[in-house]
Amino acid sequence: MTGDDASTAETIPSVVAAERATLVATLIRLTGDWDLAEDCVQDSVEKALARWPHDGVPRAPGAWLTTVARRRALDLLRRRQTERAKVQEVAIMEAPVQEAPDPMSDDLLRLIFTCCHPALALENRVALTLKTVAGLSTTEIARAFLVSEATLSQRLLRTKRKIAHAGIPYRVPPDHLLAERTSGVLGVLYLIFNEGYGRAEEHLSAEALRLTQLLVDLMPYDDEARGLLALVLLQEARRSTRFDTAGDLVPMEDQDRSRWDAAMIEQGCLHLRRAGVSRRSPGAYRLQAEIAECHATAPDAESTPWGKIVGLFDDLLLARPSPVIALNRAIAVGFRDSYDAGLRELAALDGLDGYPLLPAARGDFLRRLGRRHEARRAYGEALGLTPEGTPERRLLERRLVEVGG
Amino acid sequence: MRYMMFVVADPAAAAEAEPSDNDLTIDEWLAEVEGKRITGDALSPVDDATTVRVSKGEVLVTDGPFTESKEWIAGFDILECEDLDEAIAIASRHPQAKGGKLELRPFWTPDE
Repeated sequence: MTGDDASTAETIPSVVAAERATLVATLIRLTGDWDLAEDCVQDSVEKALARWPHDGVPRAPGAWLTTVARRRALDLLRRRQTERAKVQEVAIMEAPVQEAPDPMSDDLLRLIFTCCHPALALENRVALTLKTVAGLSTTEIARAFLVSEATLSQRLLRTKRKIAHAGIPYRVPPDHLLAERTSGVLGVLYLIFNEGYGRAEEHLSAEALRLTQLLVDLMPYDDEARGLLALVLLQEARRSTRFDTAGDLVPMEDQDRSRWDAAMIEQGCLHLRRAGVSRRSPGAYRLQAEIAECHATAPDAESTPWGKIVGLFDDLLLARPSPVIALNRAIAVGFRDSYDAGLRELAALDGLDGYPLLPAARGDFLRRLGRRHEARRAYGEALGLTPEGTPERRLLERRLVEVGG
Repeated sequence: MRYMMFVVADPAAAAEAEPSDNDLTIDEWLAEVEGKRITGDALSPVDDATTVRVSKGEVLVTDGPFTESKEWIAGFDILECEDLDEAIAIASRHPQAKGGKLELRPFWTPDE
């Protein structure tokens, strides 16, 4: 064991985090036992965190962690004394400690695709991915999703049980399923990101960014995965300006653009260019990233390229028809042409009953046109649909005061 | 893995189904799943169903199915598949996947 430059105490948690998920993934493949895999890896991670600060980080941290985790797995399996445990024991003993890089990263992909299998409920896919791939604790996940720890543990338990009982395969999907299943994985990652972005839970957004980066490393030629990475980077770059010191939402046109993270924006744009190399027509994530790029690279709100944005929304509506996307397109038309045109577009929308952002958008255009009385009514309608105590609600209340309500 | 596939008739979905050239007839589907399908059959409508239970030593027999639902089980197939993905692929090719639905239930396996 040697202590080199990279082995300072501060880097240990990130070294461990990078190895942890792969190790869990490999042990699941070898034993088919999710709980055993997580327990053993947790054990080896704790040992590493206790010892490495004194002994230094080993030359091959992954191999060190693997050896400790496997030793623990063998101990536990020997104590069980069942037929299945004997088979699992043999599988562990026969597998090489340090495999060629490919099978190891395949394990991680297997784990990700299995956690995000469509036969699992979406909220369970999210929870299992955060627990097993991201390595968050049950307490952390429960807190982030505002459920009790007991509820979350139960949910994780049922989900792992369903994987075993229903015969959900532990593998990277075959070619004919790959695109569809990858889009399922991207959906889970983006949902995690938005949970963090919308409620200022930085921790979750940071995990989503890390997981998306990981997926792109594992699937470098998937242009939609890279599109999502670009999208996440371009949005994350604006994080620090989205809320003011009082925790209130700052609309994009009022955000201090000098505080946007320029390096992150550049990285996002770079990934977007690389995704374009595939020459495939862009999917929903690439298109959303291109829209985010229009905003992130405009020097000020007035120079936002609304014409281009409307065109991108048109493409997005073809790729993924949704009333919410239609609403955002209508808003963009209002900024491209005129607020009156925006109001006409909004009036023509369908399928948004009970969605607060529709009357809020109408209120905004009416406010800009100086039609204060109608704006008050629209904001009032939006407020009736927005939950108490949210930043969205406080923004609407501010707007209502601005139009004399 | 062994799965029970319930073939579910759903009048609401049937009204919305859009036929296409790739749709299989039941005979074509049966030919496709040969070797994977152990057995299966169609069932009489729920009008012919009888529900039986025993309470306080008495056999209670009622007319009709045990659930009040617009959807009803119209048939079943028992499949032997590699994994759930294979069962999903087979189910998605079944003629009732459009205009009805399929429910895949793994056979019960005891936990260790």
